[in-house]
Amino acid sequence: MSKLVLKNVAKRYGSFDAVADFSLELVKGEFVSLLGPSGCGKTTTLRMIAGFMPPTGGTIEMDGQQISSASGVVPPERRRMSMIFQSYAIWPNMTVGENVGFGLQVRKLSRSEIDRRVDKILDVVQMRNLKGRYPAELSGGQQQRVALARAIVVEPEVLLLDEPLSNLDANLREEMRFEIRRLHDEFKITTVYVTHDQSEAMVTSDRIVVMNKGKIEQIDAPHTLYRRPKSRFVAGFIGRTNFLEGDHQGNEVRFDGFTAKAGNLEGVNGSGALLYSLRPQAIGLATSQPSGQALAVEAEISSRSYLGEYWDYQVRPLTGAKPIRVSTSPSQVFEVGSRVWLEIDPAAMVRVE
Amino acid sequence: MTATASTLDAAPARPGRAGYFDSTWLLWIAIIAVLLFLVVSPFIYLVITSFQAERTGEFTFANYATAYGRARYVDALLNSLKLGAVSALLAGVFAVPLAWAVARTDMPGRGLTRMLVLATFITPPYTGAVAWILLAGPNAGWLNRFYMLATGAEAGPFNIYSFTGLAVVIALYSFPYIFIFTTAALELVSSEMEDAANILGAGPWRTMWRVTLPLALPAILGGLIICFLEAIALFGSPAMIAIPARFNVVTTQLFQFFGNPVRVEVAAAYAMPLLGVTVLLVLVQRLITRRKGFVALTGKGGDRRPILLGRWRWVVFGYAMFVAALSVFLPYIFLIQSAFAKAWGRGFSLDNVSLQNFRFVLFEHATAAQSVLNSFLYAGASATVAVFLTLGVAYIVARKLVPFGGVLGFLCVAPFVIPGVVLAIGFYAAYAPPPLALYGTALILILAFTTRFLPVGYVNASAAIRSLNPEMEEAVRVLGGSRLTALRRVVAPLLKRNLLGAWLLIFIPATRELSAAIFLYGPNTKVASVMIFDMSEEGNFERLAALALILQVLTLPLLWVGQKALGRDFMLRRNAT
Ligand SMILES: Nc1ncnc2c1ncn2[C@@H]1O[C@H](COP(=O)(O)OP(=O)(O)OP(=O)(O)O)[C@@H](O)[C@H]1O
Ligand SMILES: [Mg+2]
Repeated sequence: MSKLVLKNVAKRYGSFDAVADFSLELVKGEFVSLLGPSGCGKTTTLRMIAGFMPPTGGTIEMDGQQISSASGVVPPERRRMSMIFQSYAIWPNMTVGENVGFGLQVRKLSRSEIDRRVDKILDVVQMRNLKGRYPAELSGGQQQRVALARAIVVEPEVLLLDEPLSNLDANLREEMRFEIRRLHDEFKITTVYVTHDQSEAMVTSDRIVVMNKGKIEQIDAPHTLYRRPKSRFVAGFIGRTNFLEGDHQGNEVRFDGFTAKAGNLEGVNGSGALLYSLRPQAIGLATSQPSGQALAVEAEISSRSYLGEYWDYQVRPLTGAKPIRVSTSPSQVFEVGSRVWLEIDPAAMVRVE
Repeated sequence: MTATASTLDAAPARPGRAGYFDSTWLLWIAIIAVLLFLVVSPFIYLVITSFQAERTGEFTFANYATAYGRARYVDALLNSLKLGAVSALLAGVFAVPLAWAVARTDMPGRGLTRMLVLATFITPPYTGAVAWILLAGPNAGWLNRFYMLATGAEAGPFNIYSFTGLAVVIALYSFPYIFIFTTAALELVSSEMEDAANILGAGPWRTMWRVTLPLALPAILGGLIICFLEAIALFGSPAMIAIPARFNVVTTQLFQFFGNPVRVEVAAAYAMPLLGVTVLLVLVQRLITRRKGFVALTGKGGDRRPILLGRWRWVVFGYAMFVAALSVFLPYIFLIQSAFAKAWGRGFSLDNVSLQNFRFVLFEHATAAQSVLNSFLYAGASATVAVFLTLGVAYIVARKLVPFGGVLGFLCVAPFVIPGVVLAIGFYAAYAPPPLALYGTALILILAFTTRFLPVGYVNASAAIRSLNPEMEEAVRVLGGSRLTALRRVVAPLLKRNLLGAWLLIFIPATRELSAAIFLYGPNTKVASVMIFDMSEEGNFERLAALALILQVLTLPLLWVGQKALGRDFMLRRNAT
């Protein structure tokens, strides 16, 4: 059964739709990310789930009970959720132990029970030895762990995280991604995770909700999202890609610089303009004409840059106007201006809106 | 589904009926009622009363005709404006070099200078005026006596009972406002901006004139305006000096309208220009100091190295000590002399020393000791009310708990544009008549003080609340704590210091408030400032000095507490004024 259900949730500020027609169902124990560019309404959605603001339309249900609607909301303190804030919101007037124990205290557990659970969770996040410290004496990563412990120790029905890693440096951020996923695997708490960092979302999530301008673009598992983006926005937002405009005529589709058989491409219907996404990694480069299934297109290297982990080439088909971006392994070196063959597998081309 | 539904046990959510009554509404209504009572109603009564006939209460313009019908009354208005301008400019002459020297140079004794400015700041203007009567009274004043002694002349050159005398005395005790504004601004000018001028070939003086001071100019102008407003709203010093000098200013004239019989209607009409000028200038001041583009004072942009003055540092130091001599050293030396003297005119000889003034003030006088107690009680009560009220409003406004919360914030800062004298007339008009009949009660004084200092409270409270990330409270709430729990466990502990600071910033000036108290006190509710004023009218300077010193000494522990909790300069910061 669904743990958390958002039905057509909307938030309107005056005439501006911060969130519109947002529908999502989370099954129990699922980890879902809200991913999208700044200002797309992620925090707004999360805060509506938490009960800090009423939606202007739609409803939110937890365990089959309505907890938010335009006519009223269950206040946050009665939702049995937890939230990790961008600022961590660790209370500076309480020690690590007091911070973590706070939620249990509010739930009126006995002192010994609180101690036991606090110690246990502090062990899990490897912070037991810092129990008596004040937050001002902790590093950013340690504060982050306290925030995690404080949110998890109350065994919330739903855990909400709002860009919890954005204040950490790059290395620590990578480490904490795995930490968050590990804690999720251990406690199986239904989680909504807000981020604008796609790799963060991909590492942690079972499913990702890609948002743009207050609307859902696509909801899918990370690999599906990458391989089968449904819209131009998703294809461009998740990873890098080439957008190829095709013109469908008869049984072939003409692109800038090459032509593909309509039967080999997905989603060909009607006639006229079609848009395809083709990842730079999915294209091969060769010095001689390749044999095999793939389309072979004669082209010229127009520019290149070396990024350590791969080469990034701009390759212009001889009969085309715009170059196509191609990534190759660091060992495949081509000089600017040299003739090459592009290997394009039509099956790797994804039709997008 | 029903199995897991019990997880929301605290309050089972009823589908479609998730609305809860929000008790913050009650609080909001209570606060708005209090603010209406404190701010809006006196103001409205002030305006209405100015259009009412004395006994009948009918609508009339007669009060305005009376108030502006005589050349004398109009002259008093003009005198006030002139006085404001002259003393503000003088205050600028005192304050700006000191501020620059303290904030930006290597002048010796910068800490000492700050301390002396603070000492000036906590000296009530009327105490300063009394000290200057001792110093520069015609003939008997000490400065004149020293002059005659030194030159053998028949008479001394100084006469405090003059327009100039009054302007100087007011400037001496209001220059700290400009000092505070200017240092705050100068401390934000980064050395890099000055370096940029230096590299282009400008010497230190040129840099100061062309770069540093222009950057601080809005702040200086803002401070000048505050001094101007302070001067025209002041009651004590003009009453002690202008009246013997046979000229009137607005506030002394208002006081006379309040004499026997009380003509509150005429007073209300006569107070309007004072109110108007204040409102106008406060708006101007806000415009000047808020103009972002001009104020390149971001606070970032590198460190601030002091400008090396070389030999000039002693000249600048000399000037600082000269100002301090005028505002602190000389006045206190002769106040102390007077307080311990049998007769102040007999000078420093040992047989003139006695404790009888203190004994008299503390134990023998019928109401003097009581008046000090009253001052502290009323100030304590108003500071407490003001702090909690403004904290509540600031919280409601910052967290947007109610629609139109901004209106509440506006009401809290509005009294800033109401001079104490005018406020008192409004309170008199609103609450002296039945049914409340509060005139002369402790309550009316406490309420008036509360209103006067609401802006200080509000500015501090909202700064404090804004410094708190709302996520701190939201974290409490998602974990199951109510808003009250958040206030009690997180907000209050984190704001303790700020609240104490705000309390002191209200309490200290409230213990010396005179402009409003003089219009509202009754026989049993005399406060120390009124007592001092009465003694000055009796010419009882020895006892007066003793009482004034007692008031100052009692303030010291409070200052100490404030400095412990909030840092040395807590009274000299921008949001203190
Ligand atoms: N009180 C408000 N009034 C008007 N518009 C608002 C208000 N709060 C948020 N918005 C707008 O709603 C949109 C969504 O805001 P939200 O904070 O949810 O974005 P976000 O996706 O979390 O962005 P970020 O990644 O930058 O945190 C933004 O365009 C924002 O400007
Ligand atoms: Mg956000």
